[in-house]
Amino acid sequence: MSTLTATPDTPESAQAAPAGPVYRVTGRRVLFSEWAKLWSVRSTWITLGLGLLFLVAFGVIAASHYRSGLHSGRPMDRDFASATAVSLSLFGTNFAQLALGVLGVLITAGEYSTGMIRSTLVAVPRRLPVLWSKAAVYGLVALVVATFGAFVAFLAASRIVSGTPIAMGLGHAGVARSLLGAGLYLGLVGVIGTALGALLRSVAGGISVLVAALMLVPGLISLLPSSWQGDIDPYLPSHAGASMFAVAHDSTTLSPAAGLLVLLGWTALALAGAAYRLLRSDA
Amino acid sequence: MIDAQQLTKRYGQKTAVDDLDFTVKPGTVTGFLGPNGAGKSTTMRMIVGLDAPTSGSVTVNGRRYARHQAPLQEVGALLEAKSIHPGRSAGNHLRALALTHGIPRRRVDEVIELAGLGSVAKKRAGAFSLGMGQRLGIAAALLGDPQTVMLDEPVNGLDPEGVLWIRNLLTSLAAEGRTVFVSSHLMSEVALVADHLIIVGRGRLLADTTVRDLVREAGGDTVKVATQHPTRLRDVLSGPGVEVIGRVGSEELQVTGMTAREIGLKAAEHGIPLFELTAKAVSLEEAFMDLTRDAVEYHGSMTGADTSGSTA
Repeated sequence: MSTLTATPDTPESAQAAPAGPVYRVTGRRVLFSEWAKLWSVRSTWITLGLGLLFLVAFGVIAASHYRSGLHSGRPMDRDFASATAVSLSLFGTNFAQLALGVLGVLITAGEYSTGMIRSTLVAVPRRLPVLWSKAAVYGLVALVVATFGAFVAFLAASRIVSGTPIAMGLGHAGVARSLLGAGLYLGLVGVIGTALGALLRSVAGGISVLVAALMLVPGLISLLPSSWQGDIDPYLPSHAGASMFAVAHDSTTLSPAAGLLVLLGWTALALAGAAYRLLRSDA
Repeated sequence: MIDAQQLTKRYGQKTAVDDLDFTVKPGTVTGFLGPNGAGKSTTMRMIVGLDAPTSGSVTVNGRRYARHQAPLQEVGALLEAKSIHPGRSAGNHLRALALTHGIPRRRVDEVIELAGLGSVAKKRAGAFSLGMGQRLGIAAALLGDPQTVMLDEPVNGLDPEGVLWIRNLLTSLAAEGRTVFVSSHLMSEVALVADHLIIVGRGRLLADTTVRDLVREAGGDTVKVATQHPTRLRDVLSGPGVEVIGRVGSEELQVTGMTAREIGLKAAEHGIPLFELTAKAVSLEEAFMDLTRDAVEYHGSMTGADTSGSTA
């Protein structure tokens, strides 16, 4: 068939190939397909909505809590002593990362649990374009949703804390960078979730590893001797991410750019593992 | 055209597919038969590249499946019943698959109609009955207007109307010159549509034959004759389309191509006494069972020792 397409419109080839249209798989088409798949299941809408809700609601709650603490006259909670308008408004990233990461896992591991992966890989038997498309499509969607959520959370929270010592506007140095950093962090967490799902091929396994990496390992590290802690701690995915959206940095944290690089490294590692498994093992 | 060469798949100690060689040709329906666990599904998964062969190779239209520019246009496959996301509608499922190949929406609507899914295309596929799920799988298989159609146990879960629909679909696809490869563990089902048969058991090739040859080899349509004058009877009966087999010195002859009635009349005409005249009716099912008896993976306990069908 493919040799016939080289000589189109001659009568002989028209006779020999009555099949008519000649289709072809391209990277762009796989991307469109994954885009269509993402939006045609309900869990996408629900989980993205939850992520957005967590991001905005917890930011507002944190800001309200700060404000009421300030006016109550009682000594400030330790958590709030070093709070900034940005840190309060991004309080929800902790929860939003779960929602967005879990959706990432569902997008890949969910195909294995439902059997959809067979249809997917029969259509695209070269396989890797599927992984790249899923990661790109979902990473972008998570990035856009999270960035939007971060800005909304900040606008709402900064209105609540206006007039307090920590009041900040969008124009303040580092604010826009922090909010974009938060969106980027959550987008990359989404990609990491996608990669973990493809690597482990199990929804439960993917979510467990994701939660462990983002929330449990940092706690375990604190059990290590303190001399080691300083070497490891800033490079954990969640801490590298936190340095991307923190306004203030000190010697124990990475700079935003370094944080981004470290997180990109983790993402690349997870994707490489996922690609290896996808190519090497039977679906 | 599907071409398997020394195709082998091992899972640890277990060999699922063992050194299979076969060719599936265009223009006919080829049945892929074997008891449960014979390696049919694994073979089909290797054909479309879901499983990698441990050794050997299988090509579709001259190339490995994954090497084709438009795989869905080469092979349309229905694998184990549900290869769908239950939360996605049938229409969206097909559209997402079509997008990977640039297959137009018009074609998606066509296969939805063809599979009789028009009224449920917007419903979540998870709510489908087994039969509807099969129809959706077949719609997906036909999406790329493929040269080769490969269906794994397509009639499973279908109602009689659906079974009939599949049969007509398969024969019409073959009549269009396509390669049609259908697996089943039921001989009776395959015999109705297939011309060619590839029979496997425990991953090995047991027979690569036609329906007619299988029946003949299994002794179907033969008549056993015992007579005092086997040599004379042989001469009398011989003619075009008639085959007479007998051992030297034995009174028994196996005759194919004539009915018992015709043989009896012929013998009487020539005054040859007959001692025995038995039509051996071997059904395809029995031929298949004979062939695969040793290869059946999971034996049920049998109440009678003899299952050769002699009591039937």
